[in-house]
Amino acid sequence: MIETLIGIIGATLRISTPLVFASLGEVITERAGILNLSIEGTMYTGAFVGITVAAQTGSLTTGLIAAIIAGAIVGCVMGFLVITLGVNQHVAGLGLTLLLISASNAANRILFTNKDGMVRVDPWKPFDFAGPIFSQYWLTYAAFLILAPALWWLLWRSGIGIRIRAVGENPESADVAGISVARTRYFALALGGALMAAGGAFITLAFLGSFTINIINGRGWVAIALVIFGRWGIWRTVSGALLFALVSATQQQLRLVPALSDLPFEILLALPYLAVIAGLAITGRNVPYPGAYLKPYRRL
Amino acid sequence: MSTADVVTGYSVATSAVSLNGLRKVYGDVVAVANVDLEVRSGEIHALLGENGAGKTTLMRLLYGLAKPDAGSISIDGAAVAITSPKVARAAGIGMVTQHFSLVKTMTVTENLALQDAGFFSLDLAGARRKLLTLCEEIGLEIDPDARIDSLPVAMQQRVEILKALAGGCKVLILDEPTAVLGPQDVDSLLDVIRRLRDTIGLSVILITHKMHEISQVADRVSVLRRGEIVATENASGMSIASITALMVEGIQQEIVETGERSPQGSSVLAIKDLTVHLRGRDVISELNLEVSRGEIVGIAGVSGNGQSELVQALSGVFAHQTGEISVDGKVVKGGSPSAFAEAGFGRLGEDRHASSVSALTVEENLILDRLHFFSKPGLLLKRKIRKFAEDSITNFAIKAKPDQAIGTLSGGNMQKVLLARLFGERPLAAVVSQPTRGLDVVSTRYVRQLLMVERNAGVGILLVSEDLDEILELSDRVLVIFKGKIVGEVARIDFDRVAIGAMMAGV
Amino acid sequence: MKLRIALRANKPWWLSPVLIAIAIIFTFIISAAMIRWAGANPFAAFKYLLGSPLQSKFGITEAILSATPLVLTGGAVALAFRAGYWNIGAEGQLLAGATCATFVGLHADGIPHWLGIFLVVIAGAFGGMLWAFVPALLRSRLGIDEVVTTLLLNPVALLVVTGLLNGPWRNPETKFPETQVLSENIFFPRVYPGSRIHLGLIIGIVALAICWWVVGRTAGGLKMRAVGLAPGAARIAGLKVEKTLFTTALASGAIAGIAGAGEVAGVAHQLTDGISPGFGYTGVVVATLAALSFPAVLLISFVLGIINVGSFSASRALSIPSTIGEVVQAVLLTTVVSALVFMKFRIVLDKGKRHD
Repeated sequence: MIETLIGIIGATLRISTPLVFASLGEVITERAGILNLSIEGTMYTGAFVGITVAAQTGSLTTGLIAAIIAGAIVGCVMGFLVITLGVNQHVAGLGLTLLLISASNAANRILFTNKDGMVRVDPWKPFDFAGPIFSQYWLTYAAFLILAPALWWLLWRSGIGIRIRAVGENPESADVAGISVARTRYFALALGGALMAAGGAFITLAFLGSFTINIINGRGWVAIALVIFGRWGIWRTVSGALLFALVSATQQQLRLVPALSDLPFEILLALPYLAVIAGLAITGRNVPYPGAYLKPYRRL
Repeated sequence: MSTADVVTGYSVATSAVSLNGLRKVYGDVVAVANVDLEVRSGEIHALLGENGAGKTTLMRLLYGLAKPDAGSISIDGAAVAITSPKVARAAGIGMVTQHFSLVKTMTVTENLALQDAGFFSLDLAGARRKLLTLCEEIGLEIDPDARIDSLPVAMQQRVEILKALAGGCKVLILDEPTAVLGPQDVDSLLDVIRRLRDTIGLSVILITHKMHEISQVADRVSVLRRGEIVATENASGMSIASITALMVEGIQQEIVETGERSPQGSSVLAIKDLTVHLRGRDVISELNLEVSRGEIVGIAGVSGNGQSELVQALSGVFAHQTGEISVDGKVVKGGSPSAFAEAGFGRLGEDRHASSVSALTVEENLILDRLHFFSKPGLLLKRKIRKFAEDSITNFAIKAKPDQAIGTLSGGNMQKVLLARLFGERPLAAVVSQPTRGLDVVSTRYVRQLLMVERNAGVGILLVSEDLDEILELSDRVLVIFKGKIVGEVARIDFDRVAIGAMMAGV
Repeated sequence: MKLRIALRANKPWWLSPVLIAIAIIFTFIISAAMIRWAGANPFAAFKYLLGSPLQSKFGITEAILSATPLVLTGGAVALAFRAGYWNIGAEGQLLAGATCATFVGLHADGIPHWLGIFLVVIAGAFGGMLWAFVPALLRSRLGIDEVVTTLLLNPVALLVVTGLLNGPWRNPETKFPETQVLSENIFFPRVYPGSRIHLGLIIGIVALAICWWVVGRTAGGLKMRAVGLAPGAARIAGLKVEKTLFTTALASGAIAGIAGAGEVAGVAHQLTDGISPGFGYTGVVVATLAALSFPAVLLISFVLGIINVGSFSASRALSIPSTIGEVVQAVLLTTVVSALVFMKFRIVLDKGKRHD
């Protein structure tokens, strides 16, 4: 029993890692007032670019860096669409996601299917510490011990963080205070994109070591729900990610329980998603959306 | 230079702000005609004027939110081109308007620190220190870690002032600061203003039309009328009566009769003990009024005294609303726009852009509140709709085609469409709010005549307007609203602009 | 000298087609880069992509077949978006409709053909509405953003389908995760001899026509439009905004569900987990490119159908991945929405000079 629990906790931390990266990235962009629906596509891009560059250069770290840069670029493209041009944020985000997913899949085919099959790398291995809980990938450690605190500091204690929050709440006031609303939002999108791509890269560079169609499998959308659930706070969103991962990890173990083995495991797989929806239903009423959420800002 | 200047030997070189020949035109509306104004350092200078006199535009020019078409601004004797709020702040000008520029979800300290935030650098500790030092100097008490939206409005205003001071301002513009305050808060604010002048030598431009405030704190007062400064006097020692006289001096006192007035009928709208509680205070407090058939009752008051809320209460918008509203003797239950519509009560809101769907056509907007009448069973009766639209266009002189998108219409025509929607099926009673705001002269004339026609046809109209001339021109009776209560009633034969103005100011 | 964005005062009639043409040019340029990288000549690729389906009767009918589900999902999404309800869950609603249709198909032995078709369409609509219900309720009662809730139900729908296909509905003969071939009594008849085009196309066109008529000619449609354009003004006029959103959401789900029924009863004749390669998401592309106009949905579906079919010939002939068609579609969407921004704004050079 204890072993199972420990196993579940270990799995929870592992499964939550890409979600932590991605949802924190989305927190930053939504705090600036922009709903970034390109998250699913950005994660795909990160996953693909990461493993491709890693395979070509032989270095996983280079792959990760390339993924992060790619994510930042995607963020800037999204920024160009919704900030400079003022395209509807839902459409721009979805369009970019569709574009990035199909482009990643096409690129994957072009680069690898014609030659020696699927791309593979020797992925990062988790550390081998005492027991399953502490034997995590370095990226998992990074996510919880470095990224989350650093982002918290960035959002609450730094100049750029307070500007991001200001333009997301009340861009008129920020403008009058001399802050460039556009530049701040571009930054938030670039940073958010970089993090989302890192989340995708984790899956290919650490988890799997290969790239497949449907590799992200809707985790980007889950991240968006987690941000609302976490009320745009760093630690609350991290807890949301942990909760989702916990349900995910638990259903893996539940399959082994004899009494439940007859239950189609798809129901269990669906549980995390349903849990998020239920969570939203319970807590999602009258949520304090950032004041300028979804509203483009133009000083005409 | 006035006589007073010669006597005190005051020299223009020590003026903190000097406006010379300032002019600003928007299209064909002259907002600021030719303003010469001088604010001395360390003085509280009141700027007095009615709505539409040009105060807001003048302040926007000073704060860099608009560029003058002619004239110049000098700070401490040197001419400055103020091209943005940032430049204004650098020149030492700070402004507190009625729309606070605070980020509500952040704390006081964060709002102060926001102004000087670099990329990584955020000096919360420094902002805190500055805040507490300033508070000590002036004698204020603010909790630096309080979230703005947890503070009462009076406190938020203090934060705005402190923000301006922390940014190093030497001239502080306060735009109608007491409009949103209760009486005790007003006194504290005036006290603060005095202390600012006395302790740190701040120059203050106080825009207001509350006479008693002027007589309490102002050193000098200038009167702005139709975009020009018509008088500047030493205010200390002046009585309220003389200040009021200064403001209405030279204004036509006659009320223009706009045609015959038919006699009035029985009561058609009755409001009993209406109380609306909003943001921690009673914005409307046990208000009673009655409107008869064929009568226009004008609500006169300085904006912010509960008129907007009164209009909204007449469609039952508020959660915390008590009191009884009856139309034609029947109490309206279930406060929603449809309940009032069914009772025979109509409404013209103050913002025509918020009341119309700009991408829909004129005829679609015309029928939007009575769809069940124009469809059978769900199918839109195109011919009936088109006929109604064409009749409305003719009857209300709307320059538009029925299938034209309403967003392409001029303000005047858009307003006429909304009026056609309101009066097309003649209601028993209606509330009409700011009917001619932002309209050109011709449309304004038309709308006022229309209201008279409807009145003579027996509609009971409650008229809410910031334009006192309009109220006096149209109303049979005037009720003065002050701080959410009706404080005076004047019948048409007794209309006296000065007296009513004084009541509006709470005298 | 600075570039500035300013509101456009008037909209010349030629503006919209010109902007779309510019978007198409950009699409070509961007896609050409990827096609080049894949080792093929972009002009040749586009010739296959757009031209080859039109060169044979087979090509055209296959394009129409490919367009059929898009007509329905595009219409479903367009309907929802018109009312301001961001239904991104058409994919899940389609799968739910397909599932219910399959249920009918598994139990349809011995009933008359017309009844089978009728029941399958009803089942599809029911499934779609069922799947749209919870997000619609959460939005109208609790104000919870429907983007997230509809999106999250998409993977859940797929899980339901795979669960059924791996479980009770698994084909007893082949043991694959697919259902047995369904009862012939529910098959949609072919409507053009010699092709695979089925009744679903007719149903789709009828559905679009009904949507167009309802939105344009009924009081309910006007309410929908008002709510979508200016919910504040709609509320002031006394309209019940939440109720309108709810009914529109369910109608949208129903139409998407019928698309699922069409795929099962008209094409696959069984349920597999590949029954929808993203038709729901492509529906968003169709609806947006059609600027939410129902007649345009029909046209755009056909265009995308051509691209879909063409991408297979391009892929075979030029050895480029067949997903290139999806890439072109997504690029087209992005460029068109970017270009159409300039319907509202124009670029102004700050110095008195102006150019659009």
